[in-house]
Amino acid sequence: MGNLKATICWRLLGTVMLLASALASAQTKNVCLDCHSKLEGSLKVAAEQADVHGHKGMSCDICHGGNTQDEARAKAAGSGFRGHISREQIPELCGSCHADVNYMTRFNPSLRTDQLAQYHISVHGIQFAKGDAHVAICTDCHGAHEIRPGSDPRSLVHPLNVAQTCQRCHSDATLMKPYRIVATQFADYTDSVHHEAMVLRGDLSAPTCSTCHGSHGAVPPGAGSVANVCSTCHVLQAQFFDESPHKAVFAEGCATCHTSHRIKHPDDNFVGLAAGSACGDCHAADDESGKVAEAIHDRLHKFEVRVADARMLLARAEQSGMDVAEAQVVLGQANDALTKARVRVHTARLAKVNAELDAGLKPAAAALSAGEAAMKERAFRRKVVLVPGLAILAVVFALGFYIRELERSEAEDQKSGEQTDRKLAA
Amino acid sequence: MDAAARVQTWIDERFNVGELLAPLREKTVPVHRYSQWYFLGGLTLFLFAVQLCSGVLLLLYYRPSASEAYESVQNITNHVQFGWLVRSLHSWSANLMVFCAFAHMFSVAFARAYRKPRELTWVTGMFLLFLVLGFGFSGYLLPWNTRAYFATKVGTEVAGQVPVVGHSMMVLLRGGEDVSGATLTRFFALHVAILPALAIGMVMLHLLLVQKFGTSVPVSVGNDWERNPHRRKEMKFFPNFFLRELIGWYIALGLLITLAAFFPWELGTKADPFSPAPPGIKPEWYFLAQFQTLKLIPAKVFHMDGEVLGILGFGLGGALWLGLPFIEALLGPRGARYVRVGAVFVLTYLAGMSVVGYMAR
Repeated sequence: MGNLKATICWRLLGTVMLLASALASAQTKNVCLDCHSKLEGSLKVAAEQADVHGHKGMSCDICHGGNTQDEARAKAAGSGFRGHISREQIPELCGSCHADVNYMTRFNPSLRTDQLAQYHISVHGIQFAKGDAHVAICTDCHGAHEIRPGSDPRSLVHPLNVAQTCQRCHSDATLMKPYRIVATQFADYTDSVHHEAMVLRGDLSAPTCSTCHGSHGAVPPGAGSVANVCSTCHVLQAQFFDESPHKAVFAEGCATCHTSHRIKHPDDNFVGLAAGSACGDCHAADDESGKVAEAIHDRLHKFEVRVADARMLLARAEQSGMDVAEAQVVLGQANDALTKARVRVHTARLAKVNAELDAGLKPAAAALSAGEAAMKERAFRRKVVLVPGLAILAVVFALGFYIRELERSEAEDQKSGEQTDRKLAA
Repeated sequence: MDAAARVQTWIDERFNVGELLAPLREKTVPVHRYSQWYFLGGLTLFLFAVQLCSGVLLLLYYRPSASEAYESVQNITNHVQFGWLVRSLHSWSANLMVFCAFAHMFSVAFARAYRKPRELTWVTGMFLLFLVLGFGFSGYLLPWNTRAYFATKVGTEVAGQVPVVGHSMMVLLRGGEDVSGATLTRFFALHVAILPALAIGMVMLHLLLVQKFGTSVPVSVGNDWERNPHRRKEMKFFPNFFLRELIGWYIALGLLITLAAFFPWELGTKADPFSPAPPGIKPEWYFLAQFQTLKLIPAKVFHMDGEVLGILGFGLGGALWLGLPFIEALLGPRGARYVRVGAVFVLTYLAGMSVVGYMAR
């Protein structure tokens, strides 16, 4: 009886395992990949699919039609097999799912579904509609068979890779020539403070191509709207620029001084009339605005020197082991004032810059005097140890002298004792 | 009769101090070419006394809570009169004490001063070294700065890896699952009450045993003296040797004050449990060898967790070192040679790994 039960159990278990194995095999079977993974060139598709669609349970047939389970019926009539998909078909094909709110909600309710609509009004989309086959379509930016979510660092549209993806076309001078677009944007961008923040410092919130130009609705911002684009991040700078007399006359907005792609980190020499300054391009030393620019530069420079002096002094004191944490906090306030004043430069008004710097004068002075006090204290500590040091030295010498005398007298006592013993013995 | 003599007579009539101090007067110290190593024990004791005195002074202003500890140390350093000196003295003296304790231990090991009848003197000395390391570990957290916080986190995590009792031990040390204000309170109690009580008791016992068995003479010197009795040389402990020790203590005090003035102990930034650990966090130099070893051991060694293996190794090594006199006796005539080779290995290993750990990024 026991044996019968065991046999039944084993057979049941075997059947379940066989069924599970058949089910698993049916789910993972893909006759397209069986062949295409072995092909070469444009027909090759990697056997191990890293594509987001594959992860969601979709297979080749979702785009190419056909039957992925049965090799005999893979391309059969009635299977909907489409085979090669031409570039002209791609945007609408992708959009057939990605623009369908009901369909996309099944996978992720927060996914946007306006990509196709955006594409239609983008420069790429408009040119595409005119029959230009050279402009970017979905697969140019996202890839075809290895499409990964934008959050995946391996994705072509991950923030770290966007500029590289765009430059594949936009750095090609031959391709760009008919559109009268320069092909230097990527080279300019890689020399910019934004690229430094993104790539070198790994700050994914730093701007890349799509931050300013959009992604699916890619349109170059018009000259009049550049300031709006910059102001999405540089809020205060844009607000102060709006107050400035430059607002009315700068045709290219922020780009007039900062350029568009090769945006460098501006230092205080960016203001004023020295060589390399932005103001010097339009103003001269003898015009009133030139004088204001020079005055702003002088004021910023002097304040920066003051802050740098205090910082250096505190660093020296800190390296000597002095605790200057409180003074560092105060110095931070002076530094904040300098940062605010630099932002106020966008008003192009000396009084506004002065007001910010004046607020930082007191903390800067306090930090400097704390640094001086720390250095004074350091000198005091080094001098004060001389007193116990000398006293210790004196005691050490006195002890040494005392031991010598003690042991000399002990030796003499011992000697005289031995002599007495000898005399007594004699 | 002057006042001092009258006081002395008054005390002697009641306590007979002369009789109490008689053994000290009788005590002698061997004089030979290795005699300078005898000063290390006294030097460690002096530094322990500096620790007690400076520690009591720090206690007047220190506040053992996560919200006030850092600020109170900052106040001691910046605002309390000569607080900077006391704090730096305490920190430098702690480090010198650990150094002297290790040097004393190795000098005893190489001179084989742990031989019969001094086995228990060695054992009490080893317990004192463990207590000194405990002082270092618990005191390091008290300023509640970033380095101390994360070093304690790593240190207690290592304790948590001990098989079977590790997790309970870690929770006991931390006062919870993570390093927090509760850990600070526990470490404070350990540092100022439990460890000092144990250390003072152990020091008394150690000194009693030293007094009972006298000062050991290295084997080579002892053999030489046996063959040539006229070469035997000794000096009275009191006052001759004691006065020499006093010179050493004064020099140590001068060194401490100079270090405190020229290289004040830095405070760093206040610990923030929510901030990420700063890169290159390391424990104090006397735990560097163990820390570096744990870093170098592979994650898995023969299906066993590398860290657990390392901790078991340290435990076993420590136990063997503690039982050194008994192991030498068990090993028979060749024991001395094995022990010497072992001591050279331990010293080279600890020094080498500490240097590697110090240089490592």
